Amino acid sequence: MEMGQQVLQQLVNGISLGSIYALIALGYTMIYGIIKLINFAHGDIYMVGAYIGFFAITQAGLSIVPALLVSLVTTAMLGMLVEKLAYKPLRHAPRLSVLITAIGVSFFLEYASMYFVSPTPRTFPAVMDSVAINIGGLVINGQQLLILGITFVLMVILTYIVKFTNTGKAMRAASFDTETAQLMGINSDRIISITFGIGSALAAVAGVLVGIYYNSIDPLMGIMPGLKAFVAAVLGGIGILPGAVVGGIILGVVEAFVSGFISSTFRDAAAFAILIIVLLVRPTGIFGKNTKEKV
Amino acid sequence: MTDTNTNKPMLKIDGLHVYYGAIHAIKGISLEVNQGEIVTLIGANGAGKSTTLRTISGLLKPKEGTISFEGESIGGVPAHEIVKRGISQVPEGRRIFADMTVMENLDLGAFTRSDKDGIKADLKTVFERFPRLEERKEQLAGTLSGGEQQMLAMGRALMSRPRLLLLDEPSMGLAPLLIREIFSIIVDINKTGTTVLLVEQNANMALSIAHRAYVLETGRITLSGDAKDLAASEEVRKAYLGG
Ligand SMILES: Nc1ncnc2c1ncn2[C@@H]1O[C@H](COP(=O)(O)OP(=O)(O)OP(=O)(O)O)[C@@H](O)[C@H]1O
Ligand SMILES: [Mg+2]
Repeated sequence: MEMGQQVLQQLVNGISLGSIYALIALGYTMIYGIIKLINFAHGDIYMVGAYIGFFAITQAGLSIVPALLVSLVTTAMLGMLVEKLAYKPLRHAPRLSVLITAIGVSFFLEYASMYFVSPTPRTFPAVMDSVAINIGGLVINGQQLLILGITFVLMVILTYIVKFTNTGKAMRAASFDTETAQLMGINSDRIISITFGIGSALAAVAGVLVGIYYNSIDPLMGIMPGLKAFVAAVLGGIGILPGAVVGGIILGVVEAFVSGFISSTFRDAAAFAILIIVLLVRPTGIFGKNTKEKV
Repeated sequence: MTDTNTNKPMLKIDGLHVYYGAIHAIKGISLEVNQGEIVTLIGANGAGKSTTLRTISGLLKPKEGTISFEGESIGGVPAHEIVKRGISQVPEGRRIFADMTVMENLDLGAFTRSDKDGIKADLKTVFERFPRLEERKEQLAGTLSGGEQQMLAMGRALMSRPRLLLLDEPSMGLAPLLIREIFSIIVDINKTGTTVLLVEQNANMALSIAHRAYVLETGRITLSGDAKDLAASEEVRKAYLGG
């Protein structure tokens, strides 16, 4: 392959992988936006989503779209349950307590999953024929198309919700200033719960898509993508939704280039190098404003 | 508007105590606001004025004492429920949603309502009262000037169609001319049927438009009465009117 084509090919691979990071990062950033919590259990929610999709396909015999919906709904409920049981009682506790609780939830989800579904990796069934589009040597395979298509649809739906619905406006208001949102008659507990639901649903879809992409899932699969999605959220500017998407895509592309042109050994290092650079050069991220508000 | 309880106060606070952890911020205050009045609560920095309003709005829970509104107890009712009952607040420092548009801010003011026609009508009234907001509908609220932000905070609070409006230092940080404008709007809002409880450090202005007043000092009410009388009283003049 000539150089230009190779670059293009890695770009396609990177954007596909980056879409997955973006879906996970959106949940991170939404949850951070509203309760200022780095939800370290978010990667594990994504893992649970992958397993629910796996069982929906293998046990219930569902095809991909219904399986995605089942996973999305069930995982959303799990996310809301976790919030209610683990984080809501700590609403007025110091942030560190909540952070430590999130780490506890993360371990709990990982080890409970090992107990119930065994630590052995599972082979994700092939849900689609191995089609691939070939545009003059540039190959986009079926899984990549699926990832890009579903991510795109979810982004459109999410943008609509956040921008135009009352719930979305309430989410933005509560993220900006929870107390004043309450003065508008917004039930902030309810909005926080909905935010966990939406964030978890997006992570669930990412989990299922990764299962399809890499054919394999295991109870610890959420750790690395969870960390990387966190990096993506910070890169874009934590708390800012378009930032999570852009951060995720950039991260995916950088990883694809590093593994394609340097060595896949350095793939994971790239993410953390980005984190360090962002924190040094622009801690508020690409879209982050330094400070706003006149008082 | 009901006439049935004209002889009962609209808002009645009795023996209220509020704490921030171990800090005893409100130490047993009692006050009343009657329907149709402008009542002002004045006092120095840290007296507990905002704490009182925040407790009425349900952001803080009373430790002791009662708050009733239109005959129903509202002490400890969560903030988002208080709005539905007919009380809204313009908080200290305006607290507008800076990264949302003026229009979105106003929409949020009407969050608890679903009567589309009523909301439309009230939006029209708000725009008539604050024409500058209409011109800047699509502008991000954070880019408004201080005075415009105050107008937006007031318009937003009016969008819930409150029967009782709580205002926390609307004059803060504004030029004298603008303060006069804001205060004449408050009088106008009151004349069209909204009862007002006004917190101010600018005692001069507040006493000039209020019917009655309370003076708060470190969590206790030390004086109360007719606004005209208080404005004339030696004690108040010395402490709050700089003369
Ligand atoms: N979040 C808080 N935590 C602890 N103490 C607080 C808090 N908010 C207010 N206080 C204390 O409660 C007391 C009353 O404060 P409050 O804000 O009600 O005063 P204020 O009369 O509104 O003053 P200002 O005119 O400066 O706005 C003060 O002593 C203040 O330090
Ligand atoms: Mg105050």
